[in-house]
Amino acid sequence: MKADKGNSMQSCKKTLQKTAGIAGLLGAGSVHADLALNLPEPVSPLAIEIYDLHMLTAKMALYIMIVVTAIIIYSLVKFRKSEGYVADQKFHEGLFGRFGWILVPVIVLGIDATIAGPGMKTLNNVEDYSEPDMTVKVVGSQWKWTYEYLDDDLRIVSNLKKLDPSDELYLRDVDNPLVLPINKRVRFLHTATDVLHAWWVPEIVYKKDSIPGYINETWTIIEKEGTYRGQCAENCGTGHAYMPIVVKALSQEKYDVWLAGQKQASAAAAAEAASDKEWSKAELMTRGEELYNKNCAACHQANGAGIPGVFPGLVGSPIATGPVGGHLDIVVKGKAGSAMAAWGAQLNDLEIAAIVTFERNSWGNDTGDIVQPAAAKAAR
Amino acid sequence: MSSAVTANGHDEAHHHGPPKGIGRWLFSTNHKDIGTMYLFFSLIMLLLGGAMAMLIRAELFMPGLQLLEPDLYNNLVTNHALIMVFGAVMPAGVGLANWMIPMMIGAPDMALPRLNNLSFWLLPMAAIMLVSSMIVPFFPFGGGAVNTGWTLYPPLSVQAGMGMDLVIFTVHILGISSILGSINIITTIVNMRAPDMTWFKLPIFVWAWLFTAFLLILILPVLAGGVTMLLFDRHFGTSFFDAAGGGDPVLFQHLFWFFGHPEVYVLLLPSIGVLGMIIPTFARKPLFGYKPLIFFMGFLAILGMVVWAHHQYTIGMSLNTTTYFMIGTILISIPVGLMLFNFMCTMWRGSMTFETPMLFAISIILMFSFAGVTGVMLAVVPADLQYHDTYFVVAHFHYALIPGSVLGLFAATFYWLPKWTGNMYDEKLGKIFFWWNVISFNITFFPQHFSGLAGMPRRIVDYSGQFVEFNVISSLGAFMFGVSHLLFAYIIIKTIRGGEKAPDKPWEGGQIGTPGLEWTVSSPPPFHTFETPPAVK
Repeated sequence: MKADKGNSMQSCKKTLQKTAGIAGLLGAGSVHADLALNLPEPVSPLAIEIYDLHMLTAKMALYIMIVVTAIIIYSLVKFRKSEGYVADQKFHEGLFGRFGWILVPVIVLGIDATIAGPGMKTLNNVEDYSEPDMTVKVVGSQWKWTYEYLDDDLRIVSNLKKLDPSDELYLRDVDNPLVLPINKRVRFLHTATDVLHAWWVPEIVYKKDSIPGYINETWTIIEKEGTYRGQCAENCGTGHAYMPIVVKALSQEKYDVWLAGQKQASAAAAAEAASDKEWSKAELMTRGEELYNKNCAACHQANGAGIPGVFPGLVGSPIATGPVGGHLDIVVKGKAGSAMAAWGAQLNDLEIAAIVTFERNSWGNDTGDIVQPAAAKAAR
Repeated sequence: MSSAVTANGHDEAHHHGPPKGIGRWLFSTNHKDIGTMYLFFSLIMLLLGGAMAMLIRAELFMPGLQLLEPDLYNNLVTNHALIMVFGAVMPAGVGLANWMIPMMIGAPDMALPRLNNLSFWLLPMAAIMLVSSMIVPFFPFGGGAVNTGWTLYPPLSVQAGMGMDLVIFTVHILGISSILGSINIITTIVNMRAPDMTWFKLPIFVWAWLFTAFLLILILPVLAGGVTMLLFDRHFGTSFFDAAGGGDPVLFQHLFWFFGHPEVYVLLLPSIGVLGMIIPTFARKPLFGYKPLIFFMGFLAILGMVVWAHHQYTIGMSLNTTTYFMIGTILISIPVGLMLFNFMCTMWRGSMTFETPMLFAISIILMFSFAGVTGVMLAVVPADLQYHDTYFVVAHFHYALIPGSVLGLFAATFYWLPKWTGNMYDEKLGKIFFWWNVISFNITFFPQHFSGLAGMPRRIVDYSGQFVEFNVISSLGAFMFGVSHLLFAYIIIKTIRGGEKAPDKPWEGGQIGTPGLEWTVSSPPPFHTFETPPAVK
């Protein structure tokens, strides 16, 4: 995860350029340009409503601050000893002194009601669970998102795309985005497999936590085609900063084409995994490396060394070099009480076989074992 | 109310000043010495927690990982919060209470002096354990870092290594220390007042601490219970917080915030009490609305106990529950608004001068109001579903806790240093410290509102290029802010070592309204004050 020296020099230079840019901006008194000073422009009716609510409360906040600041500045200028002002020792005993405090609950309640009214209305819309056009189950795991299209029997696993820190999309891009049609009411069901996560794309949908054992619900209707980005908002440990979310909103036609392609590919993969073919070591190693980097390297690291004390290394480990059965077992069923997930539900037999073969024959692990999909199936 | 009884005839040391050597501090039962130890302890913790914040801001100076690994980063985030809350702010508040409450109400000492010694000496032990929780992950036996943030939410906290156990025991010890301290403070206020010091003659600082102490006793056992359940989940096979075993991860959040939200008022109220002393002094005019302020502090304490779940709007509560917590939270603006209104009315038609404590007090009113209005923004559930867990929240609570409690403690330090040490602090240095501190504070935290709105989540070690600008400003401000506290420490040490002699009543307006009796004793006060109960006018 460490950026090499050249990159950090580069990003340092970029940082300095941007800093100079800010100085110029502030000097010119302009708040526009590409500096984001507010919530991003919303593209779903509910996000727009929340945005308006945010602007209302922000304006009330601003007005209150103006009044408070004005009163204080006036006092500071007027009621100072150096100007010879003599304190009014009876001020707190007069009518205002005795009953003035009543003003506070009255005024503050007025402000509160102004805010709470629209707040309640929007809250009711947030919690409005009318019949959706489609449902996506969003599953958070350390550290990736899995999207299950419940109406279409399709699953997408979305991992961070590794980029250089100077890249514009650094930590904001994934390998497989969530693809959604526009102008359809989409329901998201949020849950997690290990620790808390929170799925949040500010332009289209607010956040609710993904909690193991819970299913939370949010909804949206995306009104504009485009690519929307967010990231995991609830601290989920080591890789919390490395769980971006990308949603690609397509028109219905384009979405249908995409969906058909995905279904075809997933059917082909399933057929391939279920076939009786005897896989060669080279084939399994190639697939295994790709799958390992995608699914396992976040913890066990690309070089198999793990992070000492946090994530066990696989190099020469008793599991990765011991009996095949034990190795398959831990990959398929996970390890309770640790960050090791049960991959049986997420990967097909071929994928598990390829990963196990790869782990048993890489980084000096020299077992020579070739694990076939049938063995993975037997381990389930 | 019983009269304060003199401690005649059972200990010769009472009449011969403080004992000599380290024993004076280790075995101290003197409220002034214990108060001093509390205050120095909290100053050390402030600098330690601040140093952690400097590392955090250095890492966030630009995208990419430069200084810290993600786990170490989040461990620093956790310990920064725990050290600042439990190590710096709370002990400083108790230190002030120790020094000032007996002197204000005309008591010879705290009601339970030996208990007082115990509640202080538990703290350094807890601090050592807390710091070790950061060190053990570097050893092979230590397991993973405490990368959860101070909220210690499971299941992540169940994954962490030995450091988490140290944090849990630290919380236990700190909780015991605070509960003992609170019992002592309540007993002192109720039983040890001078004969004529009636409830409505009490200085507002004493009232503020009375509410604080009750809050602490009510909330700390809940936190202790919560972390104990966590400990059992980690080691003894229970599943209180494990959905797979029939438990509920959200239960911990409720237990934590049942403690965590009133805790905000534990941190805030002593400083509100301090403002209630300082503003009348420098406006030379009695505190406006003394009685309403007391009742509304009580109202705030009660309301603060029943709105905890506004920290958890995103967990998926029912519409009715969420609505209740939203309305309750918005209503907090009433007591808080009244406090600020009273302070502003105290300044109104006063005759103000602007010594360092007053400068801090005025800046607190402004910046704490700002925390209040962003607080109302956060209270509105649908909007919070966007702000939640972003830097907007980080900015909000730093505006609430730094002006709302830390700067109040600074103001108190400058206000009472002449009384404690017998020397005036250097007014010029004090003013330099004020401007340096407050300006750099705003440079640090104001931009974080914007990075939060732009979508930057909390507790991330690394961020994308779109957040660079505000993080650069924030980090530069933070370095200035951090260094300013060295000046603060320097001013304190300089004042202790000497300086212009302070009169018994160093502040012209110190006697106006409902002052404490601290101004009737010499500066510095003798080792034992009020051996016979004083008369109150």
